[in-house]
Amino acid sequence: MSLQDLWFTLIAVLWCGYFLLEGFDFGVGVLLHVVGRTQTERGILLRAIGPVWDGNEVWLLVAGGATFAAFPLWYATLFSGFYLALLLILVALIVRVLAIEYRNKELDPLWRMRWDLAHTISAAVPALLWGVAFANIVHGVPIDAAHHYTGSFFTLLNPYALLGGLVTLSVFTLHGAVFLTLKTTDELRERARAVAVRVGPVAAVLAVVFLVWTQADTGHGASAVFAVLAAVALVGGLVATLRGRDGWAFVGTGTAIVAATATLFSALHPDVMPSSTSAAYSLTVANASSSHYTLTVMSWVAVAFTPVVLLYQGWTYWVFRARITGDAVLPAILRPKAGSGAGPDDHGGSSAGSDVAAATGSGIAPTTGSGVAPGAAAQPGPTTA
Amino acid sequence: MNALLLARWQFGITTVYHFLFVPLTIGLAFLTAGLQTAWVRTGKDHYLRSTKFFGKLFLINFALGVATGIVQEFQFGMAWSEYSRFVGDVFGAPLAIEGLLAFFLESTFLGLWIFGWDRLPKRVHLACIWLVGIGTALSAYFILAANAWMQHPVGFALDPATHTARLTSIWAVLGNSTAVVSFAHTIAGAFLAAGTLMIAVSAWHLRRRQNAETLRPTLRLGLATVLVACLATAVTGDVDGKIMTGQQPMKMAAAEALYHTSQPASFSLFTIGSLDGKSEVWSVRVPGVLSFLATGSFHGKVEGVDDVRAAEVAEYGPGTYTPVISVTYWSFRLMIGFGVLAGLVAVLGLWLTRRGRTPGPERRWFWRAALWSVVLSPLAASFGWIFTEMGRQPWSVFGVLATKESVSPTVGAATVATSLIVLTALYGLLAVIEVGLMLRTARRGPDGPELPGSAVEGEPHLGFAY
Repeated sequence: MSLQDLWFTLIAVLWCGYFLLEGFDFGVGVLLHVVGRTQTERGILLRAIGPVWDGNEVWLLVAGGATFAAFPLWYATLFSGFYLALLLILVALIVRVLAIEYRNKELDPLWRMRWDLAHTISAAVPALLWGVAFANIVHGVPIDAAHHYTGSFFTLLNPYALLGGLVTLSVFTLHGAVFLTLKTTDELRERARAVAVRVGPVAAVLAVVFLVWTQADTGHGASAVFAVLAAVALVGGLVATLRGRDGWAFVGTGTAIVAATATLFSALHPDVMPSSTSAAYSLTVANASSSHYTLTVMSWVAVAFTPVVLLYQGWTYWVFRARITGDAVLPAILRPKAGSGAGPDDHGGSSAGSDVAAATGSGIAPTTGSGVAPGAAAQPGPTTA
Repeated sequence: MNALLLARWQFGITTVYHFLFVPLTIGLAFLTAGLQTAWVRTGKDHYLRSTKFFGKLFLINFALGVATGIVQEFQFGMAWSEYSRFVGDVFGAPLAIEGLLAFFLESTFLGLWIFGWDRLPKRVHLACIWLVGIGTALSAYFILAANAWMQHPVGFALDPATHTARLTSIWAVLGNSTAVVSFAHTIAGAFLAAGTLMIAVSAWHLRRRQNAETLRPTLRLGLATVLVACLATAVTGDVDGKIMTGQQPMKMAAAEALYHTSQPASFSLFTIGSLDGKSEVWSVRVPGVLSFLATGSFHGKVEGVDDVRAAEVAEYGPGTYTPVISVTYWSFRLMIGFGVLAGLVAVLGLWLTRRGRTPGPERRWFWRAALWSVVLSPLAASFGWIFTEMGRQPWSVFGVLATKESVSPTVGAATVATSLIVLTALYGLLAVIEVGLMLRTARRGPDGPELPGSAVEGEPHLGFAY
């Protein structure tokens, strides 16, 4: 395998990781108002992705950086060509960061309502547009002899690409729903499962049509294998959901996302950005890449540090493996006395705990020890003191 | 306006805006880590409260830094595709390494820190915030190495076949003298930013005679940090200036609007008159200082704009090689001026709070200065970057690639105008939201008197985690 092929593969792996991980973040965002009926419930859903979403998004930044470093011509043509589409994605990603991070920094219900709404929109937009972008990359766009994109924003909105967008949107939504069945309890978990059952068939049909179209359009042997794997995994995940096997369902949707991404990249190879104007103008792993020296340097960096990153990111998922209960999003002061969060700011007690738990429905299980904690106590809740 | 000019405005606005948050993120990560270390070692409650209080302000700031950082990575390809094609072989590597080494580190361990208070052993949890700090500093190093290559390109060769830059030594790029010095300067500036924020927030409460147990120590910490940081920015800035004089003589000449080579060269604190150097109405001059800033000797020779331009014409062919002198002249002075003011506030504050003293409310001028010191560092840093980047013009990579040859050839003015308007409007809106949230959080203080009247039954209020 040449260094160019290695870096093409590594970039594909980074996108697989990004869609696998950020995919469920997007899904949770899209379903925020469907699975979460009250602000408290939406707080629980947010808490499910809270510790990990930022690390998940870094996969995108590293994919972007790796493309710039390993295939500068690909990066230049793609990013300048897809300018307005990327602007939309950027605006959505910016808003989403703040919707997640600022939402709970104020108590005001209006403040939270607005951020929750912004979160759903800003999760749906990139979930849709990444599919549109990748379908266009794989299918090919008008590129001239100087490797300049000659189409417009509307060139990108063709039927195949729009189908690709619907696939990513629906599959990420399904992936998010399945993720929530793993991370929540009781009513929220039931609702998430119900959503998965309803979204699943839609996602499966769209994905299979898209994969068949891709295979007919640009596919070859390897991409066919990945496409079949993706379809099988997606249907398997759906069956697992129906049978209440949430863990296997998540393995299914996750495998489907990775395999579908692999399908696209293997259908793309050895091009990185085929030209629909003339095959001679296509950007390929050979003509778009950096020098041998740069790729060698980058390979050593990747070899040395990728295992470390995988280890500590994996550890984060292990630390936060527990299901999120209502208790987790209550500040220490509102928890039942037996709770673990007796922080120093905990101004000794309130009788509100049981009332709150009762008032917010069965989603709130007063489990001890699974909370957020003394951190929460830095801003004690409404106090009777 | 053409696409080039619009793309330059967009890069300037988004970069200066992004950098309002970056130094605070770096500095506050380390100061928060320091406070938490003090808590772990002494067990004193007030350190825990200040850790969480400033940690919360850190998080609000971090979010916007992360959000606006994505734009930075994307816009090289979007608006500057010719630049990306030309430099990608060299410039892409530090960016990719930054992502792999720094972004993963800071974001992953920040998640662990926010949500790990009762999940992780105390010392492991403490290690998380230190790793966040190290991640932010690493990130600064790699992006500054990339920028330093634009100021002082090293470790590359021009490929005549493709007319692009080819990396020949990654160690030369990462060990670039310009990168090392501007990293030191930037980190010092980061502590200046975090220190002034700490001063301002602590002072607001202390003036009202509240939260003294928690915030008097942080006022002192902020003041000491700013004093040290101010001296460090001066020293590193001085070294930076001398390196710059050798590498980009035009920039130093433009910083002083010095048109004719002088020996020794005086430094003007203030000039009234036309800055094209043809007529100077009035100025306050300190003899020999520019010579010292540029060369380290009060009698050193400093090349003037005209002579440097002649030399550049001889080297690179006919063209205009002069930046906008009024911008470089004033941004250089404002950078230094605002930094010095922050240092003065620190000296004054340390004196007034010596040996357990706390100034009374009657010293309104001091409290006001302490409060407003928070704007000094962002101003100084912004003018510093405006000077550095505008002073390099007309080059995007000094001596190698012109800015006008860097812009995306296929992206029209209307497209760039669209993104410029969208991003500027969005950034403006987010600034209002962010500053409002920072102010409310800062005012609530470490012991958090609760928000009045906004609680809904059963709605938990967290603020720290979520």
